[in-house]
Amino acid sequence: MADVTLMKTPAETALVQAFESAKTALPGNGESRAQAFEQFNARGLPHRRVEEFKYTDLRALLREVAPFAAAPSADEAKAALAGAKALAGVEALQVPFVNGHFMREAVDFHALPENLEIVPLAEALANGHEWLSRLSPVPWANDNPVYQLNTSFMADGVMIRVAGPVETPVHLRFVTAASSAIATATRVLVVVEEGASVTLLETHESTDGANHQPNDVVEMIAGDRTNVQHVRVNAEGDKALALSTLAAKIGGEAVFNSINVTAGAATSRHQVFALLNGENTHLRVNGATMLKGSQHGDSTLVVEHGAPHCESRELFKTVIDNEATGVFQGKIIVPHHAQKTDGRMMSAALLLEEGGSMNNKPELEIFADDVQCAHGATCGQLDEDLLFYLMARGLPKKEAESLLVQAFLGEALEFVENDAAREALVGTVESWLKARS
Amino acid sequence: MPAVQETIDQVRLIDVDQYKYGFETEVEMEKSPKGLSEDVIRFISAKKGEPEWMLQWRLDAYKRWLTMKEPDWARVSYDKIDYNDIYYYAAPKKNPAPKSLDEVDPEILKTYEKLGIPLREQEILAGVEPERRVAVDAVFDSVSVATTFKEELAKAGVIFMPISEAIREYPDLVRQYLGSVVPVTDNFFATLNSAVFTDGSFVYIPPGVRCPMELSTYFRINEKNTGQFERTLIIADKGSYVSYLEGCTAPKRDENQLHAAVVELIALDDAEIKYSTVQNWYPGDAEGRGGIYNFVTKRGDCRGRNSVITWTQVETGSAITWKYPSCILRGDNSRGEFYSIAVSNGMQQVDSGTKMIHLGKNTTSRIISKGIAAGRSENTYRGLVSAHRKATGARNFTNCDSLLIGNQCGAHTVPYIESKNATAVFEHEATTSKISEDQMFYCQQRGLSEEEATALIVNGFVKDVLQQLPMEFAVEAQKLISISLEGSVG
Amino acid sequence: MLEIKNLVVQIEDKRILNGLNLTVNKGEVAAIMGPNGSGKSTLSYVIAGKEDYEVLDGEILLDGQNLLEMEPDQRAAAGVFLAFQYPLEIPGVASMTFLKATLNAQRKARGQEELTTPDFIKRVNAAAQQLEIPKDMLKRALNVGFSGGEKKRMEILQMALLQPSFCILDETDSGLDIDALRIVSEGVNALRSPDRAFLVITHYQRLLNHIVPDTVHVMHAGRIVKTGGKELALELEANGYADYRESEAA
Ligand SMILES: Nc1ncnc2c1ncn2[C@@H]1O[C@H](COP(=O)(O)OP(=O)(O)OP(=O)(O)O)[C@@H](O)[C@H]1O
Ligand SMILES: [Mg+2]
Repeated sequence: MADVTLMKTPAETALVQAFESAKTALPGNGESRAQAFEQFNARGLPHRRVEEFKYTDLRALLREVAPFAAAPSADEAKAALAGAKALAGVEALQVPFVNGHFMREAVDFHALPENLEIVPLAEALANGHEWLSRLSPVPWANDNPVYQLNTSFMADGVMIRVAGPVETPVHLRFVTAASSAIATATRVLVVVEEGASVTLLETHESTDGANHQPNDVVEMIAGDRTNVQHVRVNAEGDKALALSTLAAKIGGEAVFNSINVTAGAATSRHQVFALLNGENTHLRVNGATMLKGSQHGDSTLVVEHGAPHCESRELFKTVIDNEATGVFQGKIIVPHHAQKTDGRMMSAALLLEEGGSMNNKPELEIFADDVQCAHGATCGQLDEDLLFYLMARGLPKKEAESLLVQAFLGEALEFVENDAAREALVGTVESWLKARS
Repeated sequence: MPAVQETIDQVRLIDVDQYKYGFETEVEMEKSPKGLSEDVIRFISAKKGEPEWMLQWRLDAYKRWLTMKEPDWARVSYDKIDYNDIYYYAAPKKNPAPKSLDEVDPEILKTYEKLGIPLREQEILAGVEPERRVAVDAVFDSVSVATTFKEELAKAGVIFMPISEAIREYPDLVRQYLGSVVPVTDNFFATLNSAVFTDGSFVYIPPGVRCPMELSTYFRINEKNTGQFERTLIIADKGSYVSYLEGCTAPKRDENQLHAAVVELIALDDAEIKYSTVQNWYPGDAEGRGGIYNFVTKRGDCRGRNSVITWTQVETGSAITWKYPSCILRGDNSRGEFYSIAVSNGMQQVDSGTKMIHLGKNTTSRIISKGIAAGRSENTYRGLVSAHRKATGARNFTNCDSLLIGNQCGAHTVPYIESKNATAVFEHEATTSKISEDQMFYCQQRGLSEEEATALIVNGFVKDVLQQLPMEFAVEAQKLISISLEGSVG
Repeated sequence: MLEIKNLVVQIEDKRILNGLNLTVNKGEVAAIMGPNGSGKSTLSYVIAGKEDYEVLDGEILLDGQNLLEMEPDQRAAAGVFLAFQYPLEIPGVASMTFLKATLNAQRKARGQEELTTPDFIKRVNAAAQQLEIPKDMLKRALNVGFSGGEKKRMEILQMALLQPSFCILDETDSGLDIDALRIVSEGVNALRSPDRAFLVITHYQRLLNHIVPDTVHVMHAGRIVKTGGKELALELEANGYADYRESEAA
């Protein structure tokens, strides 16, 4: 865009200062950081005139830049983790991050499940680990300002290699616990080698009342014939401005399922960049978002069918209560060579009360002729006839609404394969609804 | 039904070079000095014998325009236009304001004959179906050269005349409505148009009147290096109805020519306006040389309760098309409709769609868009549906389908769906596909060639939209679509 | 009339026809019966020229012309008509429009005059009446929303109009109710002539009660494994295909 002449906002200036003072202290070769920050800084924080951020104006939303936090003490970390509840009931290998730092003490490196390797990122960055070259697997994610900020400031995280089938789910647990606002820039890379399979749980939680600013990136390279089941939960605190990115490059004949369930944060934006890089792959990306009060929840998705004969399904459900605002932007890109692509994207939103808003922008960008692609978007209230039917059977209005909302969101959740995780998500929906009435 | 056969014949007859309106007419023209300046605007205004307020309006627009930047659109690319290399006014020298057809340069009359546009009322009256008469306003470069059936329309109280004439004869009406739907400052090209518009049609339908015939304007760009900047203003007063058609062609030329029109529609209480366009400007050659840049702002204001505005467009021409005929649904219970067929072939770029802005209560809108991309063209549907806070009970249904023929082209769908009212119900669906091989085989098994089968299936694909057009236009449009797709299969 | 020699066909590396031989003479009505998946529809598609099939060997001659070298529309003009097992829907194209376009395309290809509209309508109405197809159905988009039986009747209507010389009916009886079966059969029988041949693919004797075949072929695993008179169909009805399956297993 041609808007380079805009004045820098205080937040943008603060980001420049933060980068200047942090860059020497951050681990590893600073070159890619410097490059990413330069790219970011050339355009500044994205605003509503930048097409991809039309509905989530970060320049307006990010007023004050929160500082990054030092690694917590053992006690602090323990307390923080003890308070973390998201998907806590699902049996899994815990890989926790507190205030943006990987808690290596919590992982027993000698008793990792078979086929699983974990390398702490800060260390890897410091000594130039060979896997580092596999970071940023989706090239065009590098153009995204949120991703650029994470690349600029990433201090810690892990790199995980899955060499074969891994039975136990791996739970990436991101917790921010501090009474005053802090920022995080965590990066996780998961490499799933050819033929391997894994279930990844990813939860994000932070303390209420502080304007935390997490900006975390999970990226995956899933090889041919892999099976990846990914369940993500945003349970951030009520004042958080939560930015997150999933960038995945997926090989041929693979199955990749990802769902993001959002109920937290004052403002959130979850970005998914998926690149289908081999034939006959099945991708599913779902979203279930519950917003109330003045929350703002943005789901942005770009799926590139980089190979022929792939199938992608995207189903996003958004429920909006009070004066909340929902955003869905989804784009399916089919280049010339991706013949026989089958892509279907659907976004449905329910507005429960006057005052809410929903912005839908489903896009198709198609250059191959032998394809079947479709998208749909709906937006409206609960079906009044159904509501009446249930109430005529004796259900009070709120209960009837709850039942219908559960059914509505349930369609997005039913693809979660891990039973315990799916039940936990259903529970999240239930308690959100309970808090309503 | 016979149209399909005609279509097929047509496809068979034409050779590679399909644009049949590409001829040029030799007429002596009077032009403004090349380029754009206050003087040129004064020149235009003086030529039109405009009142002072009109000149001021233009000059204000020009000043504003100087401060604006040419937009940089996401999906459209072209070499920047040199606005000082254009003639903003070109009119036939011989009698630029003819009183009757006899005074019109016979060369121009021949042109319209060749284009199949009847300008002689007696000839139209002698036609087979006299009940389907169409009144025509013929605009040749910068001026209206003839308007038919004026007297008969006047009897019904309908005003249908060149806008330049209306500015002189009905200044109050024009002043009240001009720029009230598309503000002078709306966008770069609309502002430019406000400064330099030369002619176009003005229509006023008085309260309770159903316009006794279809009205139409036929635009022809003939002169080299000219831009066409026409302005159309249609007002349907309370309880009235009008159906208006618009057609356009231009000669083949190697250079690009700019067409930046503004169309404003106003429908008051219980009024209905149907606006149909068959746009067939010269699309450029197979290599993308030449062709019209069609950058048009069309907007309808459903200002009154229960008013209805319907846009129907068949877009087959132009090197680049950028237009979004829109409806502002201000009056309670008002309705907006948009039916579109956009065909692109060769190196054409189409970025078109609509905006349905729901402001009033219980407003409804419907969008049916059919895009067909062939050759190396790019065809984008871009649309906005929005419900404002007070648009209780707003409804929209959108369906946009795209068809790709060949794998060198692109078909894109970019809808924006924004709801700020919980009682608004919006439904949007879009598909992109190609003609199914099974359907092709079925047709071929019955003896149709690949090309005939494609024409047939495409005609079926666009049927819902064609049905919205008045009969003659539908036949014409169907032919055009097949011609535009000529050479795209095989 | 039709001569198929040693036809070998595969699709996506799967061999479906395995050296099939078949001759159908002028004026003959030949029935083909065979278990599901034996390749009957494949055979009819290959005769009509569907693209997806790869012909590895063999030839198909119609009155001495090599069909395999012709495009589907050329084959149609040469007289091949296939009544599809699953007729296609063409949204937005009225049945009438479609009928006229095809009829005139074929007439042109054969160097005949195009029909005038009144002449065309007369013919359609006559044929439609015989097949008891209501007029308003002809105004609807071709096959869109038609019931299974209506689609089949529409196929026969097209056959009656196009007057092809070699007609393939692929399970035209499936989906028809008892009355429709009779109506359709009468339509077919009316077209029987010494210059025209039929290949009738069916699973059931009941169709052959109405359209009495001259010969019956049994198809199995991509080959004609037995040929006989109309009594062969009755035999199959009684015994099924078990004999043929065993012979293969042996
Ligand atoms: N496009 C295709 N891809 C893969 N296999 C196919 C394809 N088309 C047909 N076949 C297979 O070829 C075989 C023959 O199919 P065909 O339709 O010719 O059988 P049929 O004899 O007509 O059966 P039915 O009696 O059920 O109609 C079947 O096993 C079928 O699954
Ligand atoms: Mg079959």
